[in-house]
Amino acid sequence: MQTDRRERVNHMEYMEGMEQIESDILDKVIGARSRYQADSYSGQEVRAALSHDNRSIEDFAALLSPAAEPFLEEMAKKAKQETEKHFGNSVYLFTPIYISNYCENYCIYCGFNCHNRIHRMKLNMEEMEKEMKAIAQSGLEEILILTGESREKSDVTYIGEACKVARKYFRMVGIEVYPMNSNEYAYLQKCGADYVTVFQETYDADRYEGLHLAGHKRIFPYRFHAQERALKGGMRGVAFAALLGLADFRKDAFATGLHAYYIQRKYPYAEISFSCPRLRPIMEMEGIAGDGHGGQMKEKAVVPVVEPLGGKEVSERELMQIMCAYRLFLPFAGMTISTRERAGFRDHVIGVAATKISAGVSTGIGSHSEEVEGQGDNQFEIADNRDVDEVTGAIREQGLQPVMNDYVYV
Amino acid sequence: MGKDVFMLGGKEFSSRFILGSGKYNVELIQAAVEQAGAQIITLAVRRANSGGEGNILDYIPKGVTLLPNTSGARNAQEAVRIARLSRELGCGDFVKIEIMRDSKYLLPDNAETVKATDILAKEGFVALPYMYPDLNTARDLVNAGAAAVMPLAAPIGSNKGLATKEFIQILIDEIELPIIVDAGIGRPSQACEVMEMGAAAVMANTAIATAGDIPQMASAFKKAIEAGREAYLSGLGRVREKGGEASSPLTGFLRD
Repeated sequence: MQTDRRERVNHMEYMEGMEQIESDILDKVIGARSRYQADSYSGQEVRAALSHDNRSIEDFAALLSPAAEPFLEEMAKKAKQETEKHFGNSVYLFTPIYISNYCENYCIYCGFNCHNRIHRMKLNMEEMEKEMKAIAQSGLEEILILTGESREKSDVTYIGEACKVARKYFRMVGIEVYPMNSNEYAYLQKCGADYVTVFQETYDADRYEGLHLAGHKRIFPYRFHAQERALKGGMRGVAFAALLGLADFRKDAFATGLHAYYIQRKYPYAEISFSCPRLRPIMEMEGIAGDGHGGQMKEKAVVPVVEPLGGKEVSERELMQIMCAYRLFLPFAGMTISTRERAGFRDHVIGVAATKISAGVSTGIGSHSEEVEGQGDNQFEIADNRDVDEVTGAIREQGLQPVMNDYVYV
Repeated sequence: MGKDVFMLGGKEFSSRFILGSGKYNVELIQAAVEQAGAQIITLAVRRANSGGEGNILDYIPKGVTLLPNTSGARNAQEAVRIARLSRELGCGDFVKIEIMRDSKYLLPDNAETVKATDILAKEGFVALPYMYPDLNTARDLVNAGAAAVMPLAAPIGSNKGLATKEFIQILIDEIELPIIVDAGIGRPSQACEVMEMGAAAVMANTAIATAGDIPQMASAFKKAIEAGREAYLSGLGRVREKGGEASSPLTGFLRD
């Protein structure tokens, strides 16, 4: 099971068929990440960063540092002002739809990984139609299509067909699928999707190597350049994220911000946004401690993964700090708050830093419509099970305006 | 603090004050350049071309980098012709691209300026386009091969100061090339302010040319530009906001 590093393919080398583009952004981001010393900042630098109208990369670094922790309330206040300035009262709603959970990758922290014996399923077109129809009836107008990363089981044409169905029921369609080449992104754009989300998981290439043991996903630079290829393919916007907790979260948040920053500078017309996922417990893992053989099969068990993987749990305060730092650094960027977080957290970060919230979420396959028989297992545990009405109610409770869509696909 | 070098067109400069040579007696140029500490001086190619008496080139001190401009050009083609002429006259590869098709306000034509920049950069010129501060145009100029971007602060010759301040700040924040603020700066304090904002250099002419004592005003600008640069490099301090709040209304909900 690829537990010996020598048996694994070079994670920095492109596989056959992977498009290579000219870009210096990877070197810039990875270089800055490795130079970033979060402990080297003082309160003075944090205060200066807070006082600036436009915040520099150095300001961002200071805001992500431990020195900024005592300033969290002040950061939140400033972040709220910026969010109001750029987004007003609006909070956008969407829901993810998982259309397939087949996966060819071995990512040791993920419930969908190819060695994890979960119930696999993919929706056929008829089921997809039923699912989307059921979701649309909740009033949502934006959908995010997700798959496990299997080119074989969910090829580009299959995803394209899903986008076409989605376009019938939703005004905005995003995709969160395996990274692909720019011509494939162009195809999916034609099919109706025009926002691409790719989580880099961690920007620490060595750590990345040890977490993604097999499959296409293992190729670090190909994944890194996905947003750029998506924009070259004509996508309107791209989203960025590190899965916080996999590696040094301050460095990873710093790299995530810089990745978005450099992409926006190179493609000024691109819309950019952040997701802020913390690593959550997953279903039924085998040998997660990395011993390869001794791990016991756990029947439908939810198991923690952060500590066994040698990561560090990110606290709510720390997550809040990261979200505020993103907002203060790139005040115009969208920000999505995941159902990995509890309702009480999500309700308070909308309007302060987050601008988009999911509702009526299931990370399993075929669980929205009662007409779809059988279900595929979930990718991770969710902490907020509220439906669309409950979430819109909570948004209004905060004095904010739930918005289903503010975009016209052209 | 390390040596602060201003790189432009592959050359190193220590002064960030680009002095204009128009509108005053050519005999005063030497003194103005000296008092300004300027290492780059602009001149209108149409003036250099006259030859004989009053040829401005004869009055510019040796060792100063010439920055010929294409003033008088009304479109890209004319600017290109003037630039080529300037090179033939021995004025070097630097060229400030000025294209105006408005004789009243002399506002630059951004679209034509992009075209001329593209052509001249390909011909090996150090293309320095003078422009109305517009972010999209500035990006086009970067892609066209400009060596710096020169946004106006106010209509040329108006001495009205930083009328376009917010837009210049956007260019400073978003464009990787040096931003040289050109036109409209009327006082040393305005030159200082734009340097504090992060401009790479200031170009001024009328403010000095119309002063009571030209060399003295050149000296005042020099000091102001240096002060602004130092302030920028040292990082401006924070402005304390009024009031304070002891409670944590926005973060009180956090559990850990």
